[in-house]
Amino acid sequence: MTAAVDGLSAHVVVPARGVDVRLTIGADECVALVGPNGAGKSTVVEALAGLLRTRDTSVVLAGRDLTAVPTHRRRVGLVAQRPDLFAHRTVAGNVAFGPRATGASGRRARDRAAAALAAVGASGLADRAPGTLSGGQAQRVAVARALATDPALLLLDEPTTALDVDARAEVRDALRTARTGRPTLLVTHDPLEAVALADRIVVLERGRVVEDGPTDVVLRRPRTPFSASFSGLVLVPGTATATGIAPDGGGELVSAAHGVPPGRPVVAALHPTAARIGRDGAGLARVVTAVEPRDGLVRVRAGDLVADVTVATAASLGLGAGVPVRIGVDPEEVSVYEPTEPAGGPAEPAGAPT
Amino acid sequence: MPPRDRAVLHRTPVPWWLPVPAVVGGLFVVVPVLAMVGRVDWSSFVALVTSPASTTALGLSLGTAAAATGVAFVLGYPLAVLFARSTSRWVGVLRALVLLPLVLPPVVGGLALLAAFGRLGVLGAFLDEHGLRIAFTTTAVVMAQVFVSMPFLVSSIEGSLRTGGDRAERIAATLGAGPTRTFLTVTTPRVLPGITAGLVLCGARALGEFGATLTFAGSLQGVTRTLPLEVYLQREVDPDTAVALALVLVVVALVVIGTTTLRTRPVVA
Repeated sequence: MTAAVDGLSAHVVVPARGVDVRLTIGADECVALVGPNGAGKSTVVEALAGLLRTRDTSVVLAGRDLTAVPTHRRRVGLVAQRPDLFAHRTVAGNVAFGPRATGASGRRARDRAAAALAAVGASGLADRAPGTLSGGQAQRVAVARALATDPALLLLDEPTTALDVDARAEVRDALRTARTGRPTLLVTHDPLEAVALADRIVVLERGRVVEDGPTDVVLRRPRTPFSASFSGLVLVPGTATATGIAPDGGGELVSAAHGVPPGRPVVAALHPTAARIGRDGAGLARVVTAVEPRDGLVRVRAGDLVADVTVATAASLGLGAGVPVRIGVDPEEVSVYEPTEPAGGPAEPAGAPT
Repeated sequence: MPPRDRAVLHRTPVPWWLPVPAVVGGLFVVVPVLAMVGRVDWSSFVALVTSPASTTALGLSLGTAAAATGVAFVLGYPLAVLFARSTSRWVGVLRALVLLPLVLPPVVGGLALLAAFGRLGVLGAFLDEHGLRIAFTTTAVVMAQVFVSMPFLVSSIEGSLRTGGDRAERIAATLGAGPTRTFLTVTTPRVLPGITAGLVLCGARALGEFGATLTFAGSLQGVTRTLPLEVYLQREVDPDTAVALALVLVVVALVVIGTTTLRTRPVVA
């Protein structure tokens, strides 16, 4: 296979887990790998790190074929959900472990550990024992530990999932430093993290890449139900009209921004809080199928449409399953596009940036 | 020291009748030992314990038990690692075979060792031809002790390896550490408590070894007659000496267990 000269080019095939994923990452690119639980994200990470090896998997990094190379010679840095610091070493000892293991002298290893700790703003923690650190501190040290070896590929496997909100921000800053100048794969469930760190989003479902595009495009114009829910949007399938979309569920939604010729199959992306709901008046006629609580609001599902309303609104309208309603959406909030975009499809992943 | 505020911690209540069998069980172990201490003739204790036969036996016991523990560690630790890491289904069978001495009567172990390393044994005959005799030597004592005590070490360390998982090892590999470095600088420190516990169990078992030693190594004073053998022998001719030596064994065991439990207590909670 032809490899991107400086980045990563991999084909991960793990039949036992139903995974078959082609992935390229540019030399200074961060790719967010997202997808539902069990989609195979961690399998991809393990295969790239060499912790999981199968017959048909191939990994080429910076022009070097790593397929038969064991983990410890791959120069692949890994930061997982848990910091997994070595409990019997100090913070500085943890960070110096990698340089020492790869042949640096004790003095040189200490220097590199100090530099890596400084890069993540953790110099003050050098002499601490791992057991005395907070979650965010420990994870920053884990980032420094991975950085100290100057990895040719950085794997971040849900690096902030186990942390509270404040610690996430703290670790995210360290990750931004870490991803600079090297191909980075970020597995995440957090759209904010993808926005903050990733240039591109690859969506994985049932072991296959189902969507691949620049971060802002995938978040703004998702093409799969998962990527839509990842950015908090709802996808409504339908047919393009002169002014918007005719949803498959009936009626018409006007969109302020659309350029698809009428008659083509399209999707409309809209945010559930933008949908206005009433018992009568203008809007699309639907029947409520489910009502569920959601972050202080009430999520009303009505066929192909979804609306988030306040509890008070839901109560005053007497919303419940089987109730006929009208749902309207401001044209400014409706984005209509074709579900398969011509450029940057999953079949032809973007090459390394120049 | 236990924490002072232990009393305020909520404890899961135990059934009211539970202390009865628990106390009986504790007494069952403690009373015989105390009774034996009561039988010690303190006026002649020092003389009995420092007699040449006694000091020779004690020295031999400590020396062979230490050697056996060392050998068991060198051979048993790698075995434990292979057992813990392997995913083969045959490992279960192998483990059962290696741990067999745990449930085997030591006399049977002694017979098995004789069958292999005795003068007419499978390996023994070959070694004998090359001028190496093992049976009824001090080496045989050590081998008998290794045979019966190594399973304790293997199962203790394997348990420790399994509970920790292998995430630390995987991280070490991504940091560039090869298998040997990871084994020595990550795995070993991580399972150190298990290793210590295994060494204590193994050493204690080696120190008390009797049946396999008697069968495979005999009871030659200064060569193969360890303290338990001496105690057994003296019981017939001089019960006072037997009791005094038994007390020495108890003290040695207490010292071994005491020092290691103090050491293995974690520094940071």
